[in-house]
Amino acid sequence: MQFTEEHHQFRRTVRDFVEREINPHCDAWEAAGLFPAHELFARMGELGFLGLEYDPEYGGAGADHSFTVVLGEELGRCSGGSVPMAVGVQTDMATPSLHRFGSHELKQRYLAPAVRGEMVAAIAVTEPDAGSDVAAIRTRAERDGDEWVINGTKLYITNGIQADWLCLLCRTGPESSGYTGMSQIVFPTGTDGFSVSRKLDKLGQRASDTAELSFEDARVPVANTIGEAGQGFQQQMVQFQNERMIAAYNAVGQMDLALERTIAYLREREAFGRPLVANQYLRYRLAELVAEVDLLRHYNYACAAAYMRGEDTTRFATIAKLKAGRLIRDVADTCMQFHGGVGYMEETWTARFFRDARIVSIGGGADEVMLRVLAELSGMGK
Amino acid sequence: MNIVVLVKQIPDPAGPQELNADHTLKREGKLILDESDSYGVEIALQLRESAGGGDVTLVSMAPNGETSGLRTALAMGADDAILVGDDALPGAAALTTAKVLAGAIGRKQYDLVIGAVESSDGYVGVVPAMIAELLGLPSLTFAKKIDIDGSVIRIERQTEAGYDEVEGALPALVSVTAGVVEPRYPSFKGIMAAKKKPLEQVTVADLGVSVPGFNGNEEVTSVEDAPARAAGEKIEDDGTAFERIVAFLDEQKVL
Repeated sequence: MQFTEEHHQFRRTVRDFVEREINPHCDAWEAAGLFPAHELFARMGELGFLGLEYDPEYGGAGADHSFTVVLGEELGRCSGGSVPMAVGVQTDMATPSLHRFGSHELKQRYLAPAVRGEMVAAIAVTEPDAGSDVAAIRTRAERDGDEWVINGTKLYITNGIQADWLCLLCRTGPESSGYTGMSQIVFPTGTDGFSVSRKLDKLGQRASDTAELSFEDARVPVANTIGEAGQGFQQQMVQFQNERMIAAYNAVGQMDLALERTIAYLREREAFGRPLVANQYLRYRLAELVAEVDLLRHYNYACAAAYMRGEDTTRFATIAKLKAGRLIRDVADTCMQFHGGVGYMEETWTARFFRDARIVSIGGGADEVMLRVLAELSGMGK
Repeated sequence: MNIVVLVKQIPDPAGPQELNADHTLKREGKLILDESDSYGVEIALQLRESAGGGDVTLVSMAPNGETSGLRTALAMGADDAILVGDDALPGAAALTTAKVLAGAIGRKQYDLVIGAVESSDGYVGVVPAMIAELLGLPSLTFAKKIDIDGSVIRIERQTEAGYDEVEGALPALVSVTAGVVEPRYPSFKGIMAAKKKPLEQVTVADLGVSVPGFNGNEEVTSVEDAPARAAGEKIEDDGTAFERIVAFLDEQKVL
């Protein structure tokens, strides 16, 4: 992939924005258990961060995917995983289906404000009894005239408290309809019958609002259906590819920063009469990780290039996300270990990174789901 | 209102800094917009907006034809740029720099020239005043606020105790202190628009400027590391610590 002067400039803008507008506030947001999504997104929307690849008709920049790579990597340099995850939900998890398959009216009403950062979006797929097995979801939308009547529960929903609308996956066909009986529906959270039943307390990503959502006879127009009714599962599977790619781009930025900071610490910290960085075991171990992160970075670039050529990136995105999840755990563990006692302290960045990094192997399809997909793609059957 | 902003492109302060054998700073590879200059760019954009029109022109000098820092300022909203690049310029002293920049400014019609008080790599701090002298302009320095009223310019000139109000006639040159406004971020749209904005590259000969042998009147004879910080003094409070702190501050002449 070829980065131009414009990519360089955009990288600089995002990096400055992260350093000045996000990082100084992360500690307070972590303590509050929430970051001000509307306030922050409005500023990001003004700078064009939230609709890079979207149609200018809806406020997007009409740019190619390579700028999403830059945005993802640079947001990874936030002091914690919460904000990059929330932005990723807005740009690459909750809105791609709407942009791809939604009607003009639906895009004007919900995509354009999301691109401007005036509306916060969330993706609602997971349920108490359906996580990795997406086809097992039970939240139902029954048609009543021109309306869907929705009942059910969604769990672990990022941006769940602050979201103005959800990209909601529900069953619209009979129980037996399996993969062909689901639909994606734009669900405004101001709808009667909708409530946030719980704000969830998590190991990490503590500045991110994750919620359990409840739907009781909540009515939305059938016109809110994204694309074709009954195609929801298939559309969501495509949307998952964007989710996995952005997760892998974020992870590279997070790991770059973590390794830079650990190397800087080892240069400064002395033990046995010399800086720790002079210790061969420590330096070689970090060099190994630097190499692995670089391999993932360039694997991501290959994935992005294939995506830009219009190819199916299921295999690329699956491998990148699997590797990102495993590698970031290794990096987080090593960074904490090499900091010693101070690394275990909450006041040191390593503690938050250690907690936040863990989600990469679970969200957006767990490692085991990635392996399941890969096994199938590699001819081992379903 | 037409405004010329002097901008310098410098090596990224976040990266390692190296010196050449003649003690000048190595300026290879990508250069960025000096943060000191981003305030002047922002002020110029605000003045243009409140005047309801005009052009903001960037004038810069770079030894290696680098334009990245200029692109940043164009992406913020400046209209065009003149870059003087010449093999004779690396290591140029302040007066040479001032003559070259004054020559480039002379190519434009302007009401106001804005520069930073000093660059954040060289910290020489005399170039704006030299340019004002060369162009025969009133020089208003250390501005933290600028107001334009017809053909009159008023600034708040930062001093140790507060600020002075200083007035001059346009056209004039103003140097602005760092941190006085919040420079806008270049938006994605701005970055893409900057690609198509005019960026004229000229040489010293194009400007018809004679420079006093590029480094003729200035020489850096030696460079030393900043002295290591000495250990501080710890004062244990036995009930009279305040007296010793007052005495210390008095000795440092900060009281």
